[in-house]
Amino acid sequence: MACVNPDGTLIPSAVTILNALKTAHTAEDLAQIVQQPLFKIRSGLRNMAEAKLVELKDDKYIITDLGLQKLK
Amino acid sequence: MEQTIHSMPRIGDLAPQFEIATTHGTLRLEDYKGSWLILFSHPADFTPVCTTEFMAFANLYDEFKKRNTELLGLSIDSVYSHIAWVRNIEEKMGVKIKFPVIADLNKEVASLYGMMMPGESKTETSRAVFVIDPDQKIRAIIYYPLATGRNMDEILRLIDALQTHDKYKVATPANWRPGDDVIVPPPNTQEMAEQRVKEKYEIKDWYFAKKKL
Repeated sequence: MACVNPDGTLIPSAVTILNALKTAHTAEDLAQIVQQPLFKIRSGLRNMAEAKLVELKDDKYIITDLGLQKLK
Repeated sequence: MEQTIHSMPRIGDLAPQFEIATTHGTLRLEDYKGSWLILFSHPADFTPVCTTEFMAFANLYDEFKKRNTELLGLSIDSVYSHIAWVRNIEEKMGVKIKFPVIADLNKEVASLYGMMMPGESKTETSRAVFVIDPDQKIRAIIYYPLATGRNMDEILRLIDALQTHDKYKVATPANWRPGDDVIVPPPNTQEMAEQRVKEKYEIKDWYFAKKKL
């Protein structure tokens, strides 16, 4: 799942995920919280981790400072 | 005469892994771990039989979801073609395609899974269906030719049968539907056969027993 538009803004599903990741969650928990299929969450988290918008700590994902900046 | 041999995974094999562009972004097969997956190919976008198949899959999408089963389509078309086609299906037919479609322009996944039938077409994938379980093992394979649309009710029935087998360790007879009697595995020893006829199964003979779930 691509998370950023060509102009640098976030796509709506990325905004939803990043908002949910102000608290740390596993991919499985996040799928339940945002009501998205797990495969899309895993793909999206991988994409957002590559973009340094989220990071993995102790099997849970959490938003980074860069991710918080992007949400503003 | 030189002959190219196209290998394909078999039932019971681990499904070959891939990472590929789809209408829902780049996906890996491993993203589906923990879910059942129907990986299916169609010959081409904007063709009538494939359009009916996509609508039929879309109509059963919620039923598949109830069974923890995801759908993933594939053809040798670009992401842009796929996006235009699924938008067209929604606009013209009123059916939303909620599942991703692989853009396999390099035939990477099609080759990996043996979805091409060169004797029928060298440029299009056949109507292949790979049922992959939550441990990413291939559990069933179906092939239909270009001119014949698949029966999605049968694919749903297949998922029900596989999940029933896994849950209850039973087999399912011909034309089985959920709620019908299931087949108890035949006994492996004479003692088990003698014990079998004393049990409360519907027994036609020592090797042929059915029961209700």
